Amino acid sequence: MSTAETTARGGEQPALSPQFHVAHHFDSADTQFDAGRMGIWLFLVTEVLLFGGLFCAFAIFRSWYFDSFVEAHHHLDKVMGAINTVVLITSSLTMALAVRSAQQSKKELTAILLALTLACAATFLCIKYVEYSHKFHEGLLPGKWFSAVGFHTAHPGVFFAIYFMMTGIHGLHVVIGMILISWILKRTMKGEFSSRYYAPVEGVGLYWHLVDLIWIYLFPLLYLVG
Amino acid sequence: MAQAVADHPVTEQSGTNYINAQRGILSWLLTVDHKRIGLMYLVSTTIAFALGGFFALMLRLELLTPRKTFMDAATYNQAFTLHGAIMVFLFIIPAIPGALGNFVLPIMLGAKDVAFPKLNLLSLYLYWTGAIFTLSSLVTGGLDTGWTFYVPYSATTGTAVVKVTLGVFIIGFSSILTGLNFIVTVHKLRAPGVSWFRLPLLVWALYATSVVQILATPVLGITLVLLMMERVLHIGIFDPTLGGDPVLFQHFFWFYSHPAVYIMILPGMGIISEIIAVHAKRRIFGYKAIAFSSMAIALIGFLVWGHHMFVAGQSQLAATIFSFLTFLVAIPSGVKVFNWLLTLWRGSISYRTPMLFALAFMFLFTIGGLTGLFLGMLSVDMHLHDTYFVVAHFHYVMMGGTVVAFIGGLHHWWPKITGKLYSEKLGAASAALIFIGFNATFFPQFILGARGMPRRYYNYLDQFQPLHQFSTVGSWIIGLGMLVVLYNLLSSLRSGASAPSNPWGGRSLEWQTASPPVTENFEVAPKVTHGPYDFSTESQ
Repeated sequence: MSTAETTARGGEQPALSPQFHVAHHFDSADTQFDAGRMGIWLFLVTEVLLFGGLFCAFAIFRSWYFDSFVEAHHHLDKVMGAINTVVLITSSLTMALAVRSAQQSKKELTAILLALTLACAATFLCIKYVEYSHKFHEGLLPGKWFSAVGFHTAHPGVFFAIYFMMTGIHGLHVVIGMILISWILKRTMKGEFSSRYYAPVEGVGLYWHLVDLIWIYLFPLLYLVG
Repeated sequence: MAQAVADHPVTEQSGTNYINAQRGILSWLLTVDHKRIGLMYLVSTTIAFALGGFFALMLRLELLTPRKTFMDAATYNQAFTLHGAIMVFLFIIPAIPGALGNFVLPIMLGAKDVAFPKLNLLSLYLYWTGAIFTLSSLVTGGLDTGWTFYVPYSATTGTAVVKVTLGVFIIGFSSILTGLNFIVTVHKLRAPGVSWFRLPLLVWALYATSVVQILATPVLGITLVLLMMERVLHIGIFDPTLGGDPVLFQHFFWFYSHPAVYIMILPGMGIISEIIAVHAKRRIFGYKAIAFSSMAIALIGFLVWGHHMFVAGQSQLAATIFSFLTFLVAIPSGVKVFNWLLTLWRGSISYRTPMLFALAFMFLFTIGGLTGLFLGMLSVDMHLHDTYFVVAHFHYVMMGGTVVAFIGGLHHWWPKITGKLYSEKLGAASAALIFIGFNATFFPQFILGARGMPRRYYNYLDQFQPLHQFSTVGSWIIGLGMLVVLYNLLSSLRSGASAPSNPWGGRSLEWQTASPPVTENFEVAPKVTHGPYDFSTESQ
């Protein structure tokens, strides 16, 4: 039965496969898809709580060191942050369209849209890299590494600790997202998805939207309101 | 051995079952069968329990005298830290869901497996990986922060904080994935006729546990990441010298670790509901009340973490609110205890080993629960905080509650898991030894704590010695009781009689299949037409 389970894993045949194999313990493919969808949503809940801890730390330190947060946030590059926001929202659009086209069995279009999403994600990381280098160069770093001069308030290092932890863990999620998107891109090109079976595309899509959504909160909180 | 009649007699199967269906070590390491994974969890968590128990016995031995008995103070600090960390993260949290839950939950639903079998195997591998990291600290400098890893000490001590926190972080993922798997399984894989209110109460309890695992564990994850960052890079979020806040760590830590207490106890409560109903042949009293009280405990459990921090400088308003919410948890817990009692009332009780452990649970858990109310009261907690009273309280709940329930459940489902019957005489002896030893160990600690003996201390005042010695002797009796359990269960594998499919006359689905079950659990797909506790004794 473990072999049944392995072959069930996406019916690795080349053609668009309406004859997708149902895993041995599900009574129908629909139950299996439902279960997968529910699993993804529950996983997203855990992600929200993971970031929830960081948002909570942000709220507390912002109320403690309000002046310091206001002063420190002026050192973030609002233009780059805004461009990155546009880039990520665009990638969410292409991802959503990719799921749509996978549902319509349009293999080539799905592949193009997934590739565009990947390109947006890479652009985001490049811009983030430029931003990070500036911060490192200017000594705008967490805790004991903070060495920038000319600050008038105490503990700007705490702001940058929060900034680097939040954007860093978010960046890690972007990287993981790119790996996942590459994985479904490869499977798309092999023709594994169709209007009957597109669950992995949908699941990765949901994850990607959450990654975008978190950035949509990070950008105003860190860059705009301080 | 009472031989009860199964209501759907199972035809003697051809002799293949999940254990002998495939052979070879790889057939275990690569299995996706929830029963095999459960069995591997059982072995792994038992080893962890033995190791944690070894540290406990060493601690008690050291406390035989007020000053140095046989280990130095630094070793003592490491021993209590590892005892706590191993027992909490490697045993109590994964043991019941991972071992018994994995084994019986899908069968109780009439399913062939959990919803994501490979994810289930991944949980086990993550558990092993985390355990290796955690235990590697044993040979690389130990850990002396206590299992709570409080900053600022954990950011500065020279011991292996990063290894252990990384291990716990990884085990957290294992816990999350198990919870996710169980929730989806309960929603999507119930057999025809298994409605929500026909779920055995263990399933409700595991469902509530899974909700807590999913909602709380990620917060521990991010906390431990921040702690590792603090320690390795000094980012200043928890370090007060850099503007950080050590109390924030305590909030984060307890936001997980208090709900985690319910991850530990809820499955135990589920087991007790099963044992009491089956061994008293009585429809459970207040099925819905017990089911909903599990959910209530899971939800209220998220709102009480501040009661660990009454003396940590939180505001009086916050402390008062947390105190009231803490009292609120007593209501669903009390609902359960009274429902169990009323289930026993006029039941045909058979005092088999699982029932003996269940009765011990009710006695010990009630003491543990009620002393929790002392600690939830602000004025009393000022006095009792960080004393042996707290130690005694949580051992009554965690060990007198969860561990006793786990051992009771292990005996209850042992015939199903292994196909063998253990000796009831030895079972009764072990239950008696553990019950007596447990009270001898921990009851004196209530008195010690009320008199001011602080927890985690290496030396103590001479006047505390008699009670400490009493407690230490008690720990030996528990140790002996555990050895009897181990001997009884293991020797049944060699010389125990073959178990019938339904040795206790249970009505839930796991008793309607062979012992041990076949690979996909049922020879014919089950259809359920009655509740899990509709015993024939009550059909009139």
